[in-house]
Amino acid sequence: MTPTEPRLALLHITKRYPSVVANADVSISVMPGEIHAILGENGAGKSTLMKIIYGAVKADEGEMMWDGRQVSIANPAQARKLGIGMVFQHFSLFETLSVVENIALVLDEPFDLAALAVRVKEVSERYGLPLDPYRSVHSLSVGERQRVEIVRCLLQDPKLLILDEPTSVLTPQAVQKLFETLRRLSAEGVSILYISHKLHEIKSLCDSATIMRGGKVTGTAIPRDETPASLARMMIGRELPVCEAPAYTGQVKPVLEVDRLSLVSDDPFGTSLANISLTVHAGEILGIAGISGNGQAELLAALSGEQTVDREAIWLAGEAVGHLDAGQRRAKGLVFVPEERLGRGAVPSLSLSRNALLTAHRQGMKRWGLVSYQKAKDFAEQCIARFDVRCGGPGAAARSLSGGNLQKFIVGREIMLAPKLMIVAQPTWGVDVGAAAFLRQTLLDLSRTGVAILVISEELEELFEISDNIAVLAAGKLSAAQPKAATNAESVGLQMSGLFNETAQPTESSHASA
Amino acid sequence: MHLLEPRAQPSQLMRWTAPLIAIVATLLAGSFLFWALDKSPLASFEVFFIQPLTSSYGWSELLIKACPLILIAQGLAIGFKARIYNIGAEGQLIIGALFGGGVAIHFDGSDSAWVIPAMVVAGALGGALWGALPALLKTRFNAEETLTTLMLTYVATFILSYMVNGPWRDPDGMNFPQSIMFGDNALFGILLEGSRVNTSIFITLFAVLAFWLFNARSFLSYQLEVGGQAPAASRYAGFSAKQTVWFSLVISGLTAGLAGVGEVAGPVGQLNLNISPGYGFAAIIVAYLGRLHALGIVLAGALMALIYLGGEAAQVSLQMPAAITGIFQGMLLFFLLGADAFIDNRLRKPL
Repeated sequence: MTPTEPRLALLHITKRYPSVVANADVSISVMPGEIHAILGENGAGKSTLMKIIYGAVKADEGEMMWDGRQVSIANPAQARKLGIGMVFQHFSLFETLSVVENIALVLDEPFDLAALAVRVKEVSERYGLPLDPYRSVHSLSVGERQRVEIVRCLLQDPKLLILDEPTSVLTPQAVQKLFETLRRLSAEGVSILYISHKLHEIKSLCDSATIMRGGKVTGTAIPRDETPASLARMMIGRELPVCEAPAYTGQVKPVLEVDRLSLVSDDPFGTSLANISLTVHAGEILGIAGISGNGQAELLAALSGEQTVDREAIWLAGEAVGHLDAGQRRAKGLVFVPEERLGRGAVPSLSLSRNALLTAHRQGMKRWGLVSYQKAKDFAEQCIARFDVRCGGPGAAARSLSGGNLQKFIVGREIMLAPKLMIVAQPTWGVDVGAAAFLRQTLLDLSRTGVAILVISEELEELFEISDNIAVLAAGKLSAAQPKAATNAESVGLQMSGLFNETAQPTESSHASA
Repeated sequence: MHLLEPRAQPSQLMRWTAPLIAIVATLLAGSFLFWALDKSPLASFEVFFIQPLTSSYGWSELLIKACPLILIAQGLAIGFKARIYNIGAEGQLIIGALFGGGVAIHFDGSDSAWVIPAMVVAGALGGALWGALPALLKTRFNAEETLTTLMLTYVATFILSYMVNGPWRDPDGMNFPQSIMFGDNALFGILLEGSRVNTSIFITLFAVLAFWLFNARSFLSYQLEVGGQAPAASRYAGFSAKQTVWFSLVISGLTAGLAGVGEVAGPVGQLNLNISPGYGFAAIIVAYLGRLHALGIVLAGALMALIYLGGEAAQVSLQMPAAITGIFQGMLLFFLLGADAFIDNRLRKPL
């Protein structure tokens, strides 16, 4: 059977918000089995368009055709009934429930939890997204949570699957597995709308692409016939910026030293840290690669002071700080950008001004215990201007910002605190190309002013782009850091999978003797 | 099935109209109640809500009842913002009254002008101590403060009962469970001739201003708010969760203790078993009805005081049972919680 009718056709969709036209006259058509990329920077209108398709937002103008019939989708439940599944960039999972309970929640038909668990396990393994159905979601890493979302969609036998930045938290090997999954789904006739900014992925996976900028469709392309550079040009309207990493010329002295840090995780599903040692010098970016769930959360909490440890396990500028809490370490020049932006790095319901106060209150914003909200607002305004945060101003609630813009705000806020040591988790997760390049360059520039930076990321490319040295955290153990030039993505990828082999040992001892 | 669905943004309109909706709904349900009791709703409301305010004495009584409610609610609101739920202000009020009353009894017959200030300080300390106990239990043993504060209220009641039946019983009191009547220098001075309004209202007045400033400008208040709304962000910023617990419970205990002194050194004039008609519990409703805002609490406190007065009037003029006051308080809280659900949610549109 050769399909002649598009599975989904959008005709002249327009959506206006009070301050912005999110979609202007957008038309897209997706055939059954087609993998169609939607490319665009943050704010290009991709998310709004996907929400319209998924029934979460209603278009002001335009028509939607589904299998040749005109449809109007009032809500996500109806979209699911039609066979539209969506994996959101921000997850919608209940932390206190188990994986299978979370999946059961969105099923419209009655279910048997035990049988569902078996199906979850089977589907998740078939598609290379292994999951323990009975684990609580709160104990899962970001990467694992995304698997839940994907598997949840797959269980509903979708005809159209919308994926919003699905690979940002996967290892190269897992990305390949996901692509196999998606190709298999496509061969089974499932259409896929694939939102991403990773151009080489789009090139290798997608049959066609629609490029959006400023709410409009600026072009369509067959990704196979394009180069990443040409795709990027269409997307951001100019050449893709390349990060520059000049040599550091300042004084080299250790800023962060971790000395045989071990930490037994309180969480029964957490990863305990075993004997971790590392050093970050002034002017250096140390990248820590690894799949989340391998002790990343525990290491970050121990480094930031959210979890206190033995006094002499962590040294900051020559001072033992392991026993100090997060506030005390911040007072000594540590700043931190956490993986979770909403709820940890920022309070969702509070304005950017008040979120500036969260960590910037030491910048003369308070006197006699009273806050100068004017100063907090000035700080937020500076941060918004300097880091190009797209938002409704310092009064906008943190949750009203897109992921990328909130990240720019949080990174900006922390940089403006003039740190000695900056710890960053997943610096560009869900951030578009232009903003990601900007953030990476910002971190590089900051390090060259003599700040020590530790970056934990699941994106290897990113680590290779900005790090001076790279170590791998797997199963709670940290490999010895190696100069970027002395290693490569394949060997790091293997270590990420936990295959600490014999070749790692000599480097460790050679490092120790060096 | 599911009637509600979450809103994308909490509704600010709903946040401020919810108390009004709750008041209207309470009046409607109250009408039904009066009607079911064979009373004319309109005439009943006249007795309940209008009559108490037709005399200057009525207004002065309103002030007397509103002051402790407002004072306690100010303290409670601090903790509620941080999601520390002290529901034992009644017990803290009683211990405050005991501490203050103890000073009055000990210095009975003294003509020092320092007796009343000493009572105020003692009452504040007593209430704060009774708030510190659940704080200790929570920070040391992770004991839920909703349970411990409530249970300690019963402990406080029994201590009061023991004291007025035993060591502090008035020898000339015909064995009634009550202390001696306090001397003039152990009572707040009367402000308005012919009424019971006394200088303790300045404590409440000062508290409203202080808490208003605290909420609007203090860094500590900001920390409490962050701790309540996003505990992970609070940890991330390095704000101390223990400090939040201690501060919230001690400050709310302190204001309740002050209110206790205000009662025994004011309208009550001695220690007995009826020093508070449930002010500590009613203040919980006042705090929420006033949206945890220092000035909102003043309005809510006035309304709650009116319900107390109306309840008394209804007993006298309409032969209603004393429970009428509690019923109106309960309805108000019930409808407020119901209306508050619409701040973060909206009615689900039918498919």
